[in-house]
Amino acid sequence: MNGLLWSLHDGHVVALRNVRKIRRVPEVLVFVLISPIMFVLLFAYVFGDSIPIPGVDYREFLIAGIFAQTVIFGATFTGAGIAEDMQKGIIDRFRSLPMSRSAVLVGRTASDVIYNLLSILIMTLTGLLVGWRIRGSLLDALGGFLLLLVFAYAFSWVMAFVGLVVPSVEVINNASFIVIFPVTFIANTFVPAENLPGPLRTFAEYNPVSAVTQAAREAFGNTNPAFPPPDVWPLRHPVLYTLGWVGIILLVFVPLSVRQYQRAATR
Amino acid sequence: MTAVIEAHGLVKRYGSVTALDGLDLAVPAGTVLGLLGPNGAGKTTAVRVLTTLLRPDAGRASVAGIDVVDHPDEVRRRIGLSGQYAAVDETLTGYENLEMIARLYRLGRRRARTRARELLERFTLSDAADRPVKTYSGGMRRRLDLAGSLVAEPSVLFLDEPTTGLDPRSRVTMWEVIRELVDQGTTLLLTTQYLEEADRLADEIVVIDHGRAIARGDADTLKARVGGERIELIVRDAERLDDARQVLSRSAVGEVVVDDHGTGLTAPVDGGPDTLMQVLRELDAAGIGLKDVGLRRPTLDDVFLTLTGQPTDASTPDHEPSPEVGR
Repeated sequence: MNGLLWSLHDGHVVALRNVRKIRRVPEVLVFVLISPIMFVLLFAYVFGDSIPIPGVDYREFLIAGIFAQTVIFGATFTGAGIAEDMQKGIIDRFRSLPMSRSAVLVGRTASDVIYNLLSILIMTLTGLLVGWRIRGSLLDALGGFLLLLVFAYAFSWVMAFVGLVVPSVEVINNASFIVIFPVTFIANTFVPAENLPGPLRTFAEYNPVSAVTQAAREAFGNTNPAFPPPDVWPLRHPVLYTLGWVGIILLVFVPLSVRQYQRAATR
Repeated sequence: MTAVIEAHGLVKRYGSVTALDGLDLAVPAGTVLGLLGPNGAGKTTAVRVLTTLLRPDAGRASVAGIDVVDHPDEVRRRIGLSGQYAAVDETLTGYENLEMIARLYRLGRRRARTRARELLERFTLSDAADRPVKTYSGGMRRRLDLAGSLVAEPSVLFLDEPTTGLDPRSRVTMWEVIRELVDQGTTLLLTTQYLEEADRLADEIVVIDHGRAIARGDADTLKARVGGERIELIVRDAERLDDARQVLSRSAVGEVVVDDHGTGLTAPVDGGPDTLMQVLRELDAAGIGLKDVGLRRPTLDDVFLTLTGQPTDASTPDHEPSPEVGR
């Protein structure tokens, strides 16, 4: 077998181990699944009537935004999982084996997609309960889910890098909060980008989170052609813009994380 | 004999802390080197460099003739490492841990399964094989971790403080397991804080402090330098101290030292319990009452006191200096 195949083989072994852990510690899963439900309900009922969206029901507008925010937050698990393995010396064990250098990260980011798959499923059900509907074709909607997962996967490599750099699991949670909250709020996730003041509006228009949200909204048919998004390239071509970011993030953070993994030392 | 593990002038710095300061090591094939030193002496750093987990700032090291910096993968194929903190996954079972490691050594699915079962059997963990590791005792975890390092039947093994934190019984079990491996011809580098452990297992001992070797030799040589066993006693009546000192000096092989309180005496002896009995009989015959008496073997503290003139640094933190982020 060549290097790439071995890397996939080893990544697969590591991913299996992570999946076993998810099954053994179901408590984690419970929290993973409760928070999206909470977000859907909070936004739908607290802000639902106070944020007017021309031409679209707020709940329909909201769901794609919550999907985007939740799957991006899912990357926190990747960072926390890696930080925990570092702390417990398991990364040392892996590093003393003649296995592929990228396998631990490949396996971790892959197995964490399960969290996001489950949370999308839960959010979809909750969304349908509060009145959200997929108005486009099912195929388009599946494309929307896929794009959300792909973007979240790329972002999980960012958090993988953070997980290798921070001194403990606790720091990861705070760090992800500080990074992910602004990135997912200064976007068109919960309010239309046009409603934001000056510089924030510009940030939101070029924020890839806005693009992935816009793409998902269009895929679900939750937009009204009479009220188009701001006339900027990223939001006119949200799928392309999102995939562009996915490429950039992976190109930067995959090599960076693998390098950091090789140098990493137990704290 | 050619050295299987070799290090020349290893230096590793973490910011202003020098963890390794020009360390030289040579371990001939089939022998055991005990790296003895207090917390923070650089033992773990040395092991991490030799097992390719850390790049040295200066110096060279090789295992089985392969340079650890130039060809880390080749080195990893030939070594086993069992760390200070048992690096096993708590949520997985013992079997799953070993099977995963075996598959990462690319043994193939079927071979990995057999190997995992074999090792569990060998380390008397078969009964606990399918229980999550979090239900294991400290000794069982260490044995599992050691089993993990033996999956690929390495000819060179590194054990970083294999018995630290274990109760005495588990420690003895661990020693037996390690002894067995060594008898089968494994070359072993072992770090420890316990002189007794190095004494029991190592052919040669290197005492390190502040990242430097401060003494080397076999256990007997080191003990001879430290002064071997000593009798310590405290007289009941301070006025009889001089009489007791005279009795003790007859059996002592060195100077008899009076403690700060003026009631305690310490004297190096050889002959162990026989000498102690002899001294006790003579003290009894002279009618000298004792508050306390004992035969003490040299500890790491004694070794350090003798070699450096200072006791082991109690203020040293529990861990080796942590590498800084973003080196």
